[in-house]
Order: sequence, then structure tokens, then C-alpha cells
Amino acid sequence: MKIHLKIWRQKDSQSKGGFKEYTLDDVHQEMSFLEMLDTLNIKLVKKGEHPVEFDHDCREGICGQCGVMINGIAHGPLKNTTTCQLHMRSFKDGDTIYVEPFKAAAFPVVRDLKINRSSLDHIITSGGYVSVDTGQAPEANTIPITNEIAEAAFDSAACIGCGACVASCKNSSAALFTSAKITQLELLPQGKKETRKRVVAMVNQMEEEGFGHCTNTEACQVECPEDISVLNIARMNYEYNKSKILN
Amino acid sequence: MKNSLNTKIPEGPLSEKWNTYKKKAKLVSPNNRKKLEVIVVGTGLAGASAAASLAEMGYNVKSFCFQDSPRRAHSVAAQGGVNAAKNYKNDGDSVFRMFYDTLKGGDFRSREANTYRLAECSANLIDQATAQGVPFAREYSGYLRNRSFGGVQVSRTFYARGQTGQQLLLGSYQALMRQVNTGKVSLYARHEMLDLVLIDGKAKGIIARNLDTGNVERHGAHAVVLATGGFGKIYYLSTLAMGCNVSAIWRAHKKGAFMANPSWTQIHPTCLPQSGEYQSKLTLMSESLRNDGRIWVPKDKNETRKANDIPEEERDYYLERKYPAFGNLAPRDIASRSAKEQIDEGKGVGELKNAVYLDFSRALKEYGKDVIVERYGNLFSMYKKITDIDAYLEPMKISPAAHFSMGGLWVDYELMTTIPGLFAIGEANFSDHGANRLGANSLLQACVDGYFVLPYTLQNFLADEIKNPKTDINHPEFDKAEEAVKKQMEGFLATKGNKTAEEFHKVLGSELYDKCGLSRSKEGLEKAIENIRELRKEFKENLIVPGDASEVNSELEKAGRVADYMEIAELMCVDALQREESCGAHFRIEYQTEEGEAKRDDANFCYSSAWEWNKDPSTPILNKENLTFETVTPSVRSYK
Ligand SMILES: Cc1cc2nc3c(=O)[nH]c(=O)nc-3n(C[C@H](O)[C@H](O)[C@H](O)COP(=O)(O)OP(=O)(O)OC[C@H]3O[C@@H](n4cnc5c(N)ncnc54)[C@H](O)[C@@H]3O)c2cc1C
Ligand code: SF4
Ligand code: FES
Repeated sequence: MKIHLKIWRQKDSQSKGGFKEYTLDDVHQEMSFLEMLDTLNIKLVKKGEHPVEFDHDCREGICGQCGVMINGIAHGPLKNTTTCQLHMRSFKDGDTIYVEPFKAAAFPVVRDLKINRSSLDHIITSGGYVSVDTGQAPEANTIPITNEIAEAAFDSAACIGCGACVASCKNSSAALFTSAKITQLELLPQGKKETRKRVVAMVNQMEEEGFGHCTNTEACQVECPEDISVLNIARMNYEYNKSKILN
Repeated sequence: MKNSLNTKIPEGPLSEKWNTYKKKAKLVSPNNRKKLEVIVVGTGLAGASAAASLAEMGYNVKSFCFQDSPRRAHSVAAQGGVNAAKNYKNDGDSVFRMFYDTLKGGDFRSREANTYRLAECSANLIDQATAQGVPFAREYSGYLRNRSFGGVQVSRTFYARGQTGQQLLLGSYQALMRQVNTGKVSLYARHEMLDLVLIDGKAKGIIARNLDTGNVERHGAHAVVLATGGFGKIYYLSTLAMGCNVSAIWRAHKKGAFMANPSWTQIHPTCLPQSGEYQSKLTLMSESLRNDGRIWVPKDKNETRKANDIPEEERDYYLERKYPAFGNLAPRDIASRSAKEQIDEGKGVGELKNAVYLDFSRALKEYGKDVIVERYGNLFSMYKKITDIDAYLEPMKISPAAHFSMGGLWVDYELMTTIPGLFAIGEANFSDHGANRLGANSLLQACVDGYFVLPYTLQNFLADEIKNPKTDINHPEFDKAEEAVKKQMEGFLATKGNKTAEEFHKVLGSELYDKCGLSRSKEGLEKAIENIRELRKEFKENLIVPGDASEVNSELEKAGRVADYMEIAELMCVDALQREESCGAHFRIEYQTEEGEAKRDDANFCYSSAWEWNKDPSTPILNKENLTFETVTPSVRSYK
């Protein structure tokens, strides 16, 4: 099929960017969206032009490195699907597709569609862990955890750190990402003891990184490839307020 | 040929060796640790766990990865599970049995002492990961749940839905970030190591390129650890991530580190088949699917009906037929080769006739859909996303794909390479898996190396480094290495041909898959060597890389990786050609039994091949590490 592309090109974080148009004539339905970009890039490189830079690695929906806005939607039209797992069968012959980077003050553009998401790492650094050194662990079965709790913790732990929630939020809030980690660790007895300290540190860090406030529009869960629930945010807010009062 | 490799295996009975080592290993006092610097390249399970553990001990660690966050290392993609000899199931498991299964799975081509240590440390890992908050699967009672995995008869695999690697990695990533917070770890994401720097014969630093700015940087340390993962991506179509590479270990090899058994590659049986030329990778469907899925092809090669319309008696469940004891759970090499045989005979299914069926209808009938959803829900939805097919209604189509490098840098018992001060851990070393790795053993190996082995063995090395000052990055050796790296990049940019690095990679990959993949022959390998030399020449003359080196330039990154693939590809073929036997994943068609099984030659090939760089990719020198087995007698590996 024939596909028209309008892709955001930006040389580096300092430069001003803009859309550039390309047309591909030989797009297959079975191609993934990124393979479609690969074909474009081979053409550009052969002409001596700089290829479209985009983030990606595993190409199987788990590393969280890919992610672009496709026609204004983070990761594109399919629900709960990363950009790399999106296939061209979701588009029609003759379609025009707008491709832009995830945009947020805390995600500066590196080049074209590539962004810097280290702000998400900083949030984890501030407290997204259980403070246990190698060697300190007790025998695993001395901490029984019911199947329901383990499964609920997993639901939150499944976040791949892609940042689509931020890109989908009109306030550029990282509340879904942050609350997912807080909830996972709060649900588990191993992590519970540190909740109070953790929640305050992580929420403060989120603000420091320049992410906006959550106003409960719930746009994030819709675009989240892992379908992380907004109930995590409610839990984070509850724990945060509790910690503030108790501290 | 030399025979001079010192493995440093401790004296004493197998079960006591690691204890003996730990008792005698030198220590560094907490006060002195803060004066010592360690570079850890890689943030997968091996690198992250090592960096975190070393920082917790008080060392200063610099941690590198090429992705934009350490959490994205390819360990994240492991689905199935991680093994440990906990014997929670009371089904006869023990450290010895796990050791034996691993040794046998590897077709008696691994180092006994390392393999034993792997099994010995396995239980600790489950404790550590659980304490970190890794949400392993649980029984309703609250205790940890296990399942069985290919190639063994006990249930010793721990798992976290179909995302075990992700959850284990997040555990060690978080431990790493906790140390970033204390200031003991400095993080260098989006940095690619391009060379190793040796001063007076010892590893003292690296040259790395900041991929976001193009800057070439120097980093010095008292020791360097490579945890850079596997290089199965050399086959182009593989289950690895797009950025996985051999560059770090290959460049260390060219500086003197021996490369062991480079041709031993595991080709995974349960991946999604290729659907077209444009395809960039093959997605793995976890092997755990083989617990409940049954593999078959139509008996008639001219079959045209849909899978569900083919009656039972016209299906060939070839694994169940050929290997009644293990059936669909036969080890990977056997399952892959059998699939290839069926496909080569023309019985492949799907449009390109390049796949076999993996069928869940019996399990669905037996346990109900709910149970299957709970066990494999995310795998079924992944399959649907990629293929648009609902596998609850019709069988999946699967085919073999390159997956895991058993080969890698040669290391001694201490995980140190032949370069003093250079260590290799995780999939980057030639490891504990012999000629074939058992499922769920490599997440384990990456973790055991990083959490439990390296902290002792590296410290034993560092104890003698206290007297040495901080490495001077203005040393002429750094000048030389930086110069060489820059010159190579300039060379790529100046070639201005008309084939992209990716196009070269695809050609190289299919050549290797064809002639140095599931089965190998003298004739094919000799031909491959010729073709690879030709391709390397063309690469030098006809590569195109746009832009320059002082900017974000993914084509330049690829060119460097493909250049290294072009060189190690020849060594892989040389290695496969030199080994005139079949063992594990290395199947030479000249050496097989009447039933078509791998025929090992213990009299002549009971060793690991450790190749030494000698000026040129075409003139490597072979060194041998003879393998001796004190506690077991190598038997013919039979899964019948
Ligand atoms: C799809 C898939 C599924 C798997 N499933 C299982 C399973 O169920 N059970 C199991 O036991 N094993 C499984 N494996 C194998 C297992 O995941 C790997 O062997 C293991 O995770 C490797 O860990 P590692 O830390 O050695 O390397 P990786 O996790 O690959 O990490 C490599 C690191 O090195 C860095 N790096 C590489 N080169 C450079 C460079 N030049 N400069 C800077 N940094 C560099 C990368 O950025 C990355 O951080 C699977 C593998 C794959 C591909
Ligand atoms: S919460 Fe969802 S959208 Fe946000 S980073 Fe995690 S996986 Fe991505
Ligand atoms: S490339 Fe890894 S999630 Fe898309």
C-alpha cells in the first residue's frame, strides 16, 4: 500500500524542528510500524540523507524504549500496544500519518523522534526500591504472599517505563508511572515498611523533574501499553497524604 | 596450538570448591574499597547486579549501557523463568541434580566446577530477588510456585507470569538506582564502549562514545567488567534486541582476551516465523508454552487444509513420536533441529512453509480456557498482536530462530579473562552452559555471576590493586585507543559507497544461518569463510554512512557493530570447522548416529576452544582447555 508520512525532524535539542513529508509506495500490511520506518530510512541513507532517528531496541513490546506520537496518539491507534508492536494493517492504503516525538518538558528531544527520558530514572532513583543489600535476603518462602496480592503487585510492576502516560497527559504528569512503582512495593510485605519515606521522595522528585500535576483526566491509562490502572494514582495520593500527616 | 590455560579451579571435592575459594579469597578493607574504581559495561541482569553489589560493598562503580535507561537491557525480554534447586516441590531436586542436568544439557562440554557453582548459588538468587520485591508466581497458600522447563524432569523453574526477565531486571535495576542515589554508582546511559585500554598488560579503562552527543570519552578504573550480553543478533533475524552486539567483547578479544567456542549458538525452537524480507527480528514465544502445547506437522507434505480441519490421524506429533520420555519438552537443540528437518522435508506450514504448529487444543479441553489464560495469557495476546491470529481457536505457527550465545570470552573460575583485570560475566562469557544451554538457566547465570560470584573474585583481584594509584586517562595508551576509535569512524564515513550497514548485516546473517546455524558441514563452512571474506572486502569499499561522528548518528553506530560481526563471523566458522564432532547445538552433519543424533567425540574433542587474536581475522590461534569430569562420566545424551 501507499503511505504518506509527515515526520517531525529536529537536528538536536537546541534546533527548531518541523514536519517533513515522505511517501512510501511499497508498505506491506504485515510490516510493523518501525519496519516501515526502517524502509524509509534505507531509502534516505542511500540518497545520502540523515535517516529519521527514533528510539527502539527489543521490538517486542517489553523494553519500553520505543514510543512516538502517531496521529496525535501515544504509540498509535491500537489500545495497549507499544509502537514496535503496531503493524501496518492498522492503516489503509493512501493514509497520511503524522509522526512526532513524545512531548513533555521533562522529555527533551535528542534528535527527530528520539527523546531523553532519564527523568523517569531519577524518580526511581529517589526511592523506587526495597532497601536490601545483596546477601541480606531471608529464605524466600519465609515471606508468604497470597496469590491475589502477588498478582495485584504484578499488575503494577508490569510498567515498561515508556512514558506514553506522560505524553498523553495534558499536564505532562508522570503520576501513572510513579504510582505504579509505589503501589507494587506497598502491596508487598518486603516493600511496605518503606512506603512513607518512598512515597514522599518519589512524588517530590516527580515535581522536581518538571512533570505536571495529575488532574484525574485518566487519559494515561487509555494509552498505556500495559493498561496500568489509574487506581494506582488514587493509592499514591492516599499514601502521600497519609505520610504527610504522619511525618 | 598451546595448552597453557590456567583455569584456577580450587582443589578439593566438587561440592567444596566454592567454599574453599571463598575461605581463601583475599579481602579489601572497607576503608580501602572507596579508593578503588570499577567499570561495569552493561546493565542487564549480570551488569546491574554486579554494579549494585559492588557499590553496596563500598567500591566506586561506573556503569555503562547503550540504551537510554539501564532498565532496557535485553534481559528484560526473557519470558519463561529462572531455575533454582530449592526442591520446593519435593520431587527429587538437589544441587547435584541441577548440576547434572545442566552438564548433560550442555552435552558435557562445560567446566564442571563452574556448572556446579551455578547450581549451588541458585537458591540464593530466589531469596535475593524475592526480597527486592520481584512478584514471582505464588500458590494460593502464599508460597512460591514452580513449573518444569525443557530438558529436565523436575519442577525447578520460578517465574513471574511471562515476564520473568523484566521483573528480575527491574529488581536489579532498582538495586542499581539505589546505589546511584548513594553516589556510589555513576551512570552512563546511551554510551557505547568502543575499545578497551590496557596499561602494562592490564585492563585499565575503556573508550566510550556518548551516543547523544557523539563525544568520544575516556574512562579509567582499577578493573573492567564486561557484562554486554549475547551476540546472537549476528544472524540478523534473531530473538535479540536491535542494539545487541559483539563489539565490546570483540574489541577486548583484539586486545588479547581469548574467545571461547564462538560458534555455539542456541537456536530457539519456539519463535514466530519470518513473514517477509523487511522483517527486522523474530519474536520468541516462551518455551514454557511447550508444557501444554503440542508440536506437530501434517503427515502429508501436500496438505492444504487449515490446521483445525486436519484429523488427528493425519498429524505427526514428531517430538512425542521420536522422544517419548520428554516429548514436547525435549531440549532446545533437539526441538529446533527436528523442526528444521520437518520444514526441509517440505512439511512446513504457513504461507512460506517455514513453520510448524504448536497446538493447545488438548490443554484447553483438559484445563479450560481460564487456566490457559492465567498461564500464558500475555503470550497469547502478544501472538495476536503480531500475527492477528487467535491462538485459543487455532494452533500457533512457530519456527526456530537464533537466540543465545553459549560462546563468549574465555574466563577462568574467577570469571577473569586472559587479560588481567578484565572480567566477563553473564552471556558475554563462555559460561557454564557447555554446548547447549538449558531453558531458564541463563537468567540464573547472569544473576549468579553478578550478585554472588564476581563480588568475591573481583575483590580477590582488587586486593592487589590498592597500592596502585587511580588510572591516568592521559596515559599514552588512552591516546592511542581514542585515536584508533576515531580513525575507524572516519573510515566508515569516508567510504561513501551505496549499501547500508543493515543491508550488509542481513546478507551476513543469512549466510551464517545457512552454513553455521542448526547444522554445519565442512563444505558449507569452507564456503562461508570464503563468502565472509568477500563480504568484508565489499563492506570496506561499499558502505554508506551519512552525516558525521559529532552528532546522533544511528547509522554510524550500526556500522561499527556490523564491522565487528564481519570479523567474528569468520572465527565462528573456523571454530565450527575445527571441531570435528557434533555436540549440543553444534551439529556437524558428518558426525551423527544412524538415528540422526549428535555424535560426540570425547576422545578427541573434550575441550573448550579458546581462540587467540593474531593480527588478522583469518589467522586465529587455537588454545585448548581440556575438560575433566571428576564426579560424572560423560554419557551419550539421550532424551528418548
Ligand atoms: C527473548 C529472550 C528470552 C529469553 N528467555 C529466557 C528465560 O526465560 N530464561 C532464561 O534463563 N534466559 C532467557 N533468555 C536468555 C537471557 O535473557 C540472557 O542470557 C540474559 O538475560 C543475559 O543477561 P546479560 O546481563 O548477560 O546481558 P543483557 O541483558 O543483554 O545486557 C547487556 C547489557 O550490555 C550493554 N551493552 C552491550 N554492548 C555494549 C557496548 N558496546 N557498550 C555499552 N554497553 C553495552 C547493553 O546496553 C545492556 O545493558 C532469553 C533471551 C532472549 C533474547
Ligand atoms: S505507566 Fe504505562 S504508559 Fe506510563 S510508563 Fe508505565 S507502561 Fe508506559
Ligand atoms: S522496542 Fe522495546 S518496547 Fe518497543
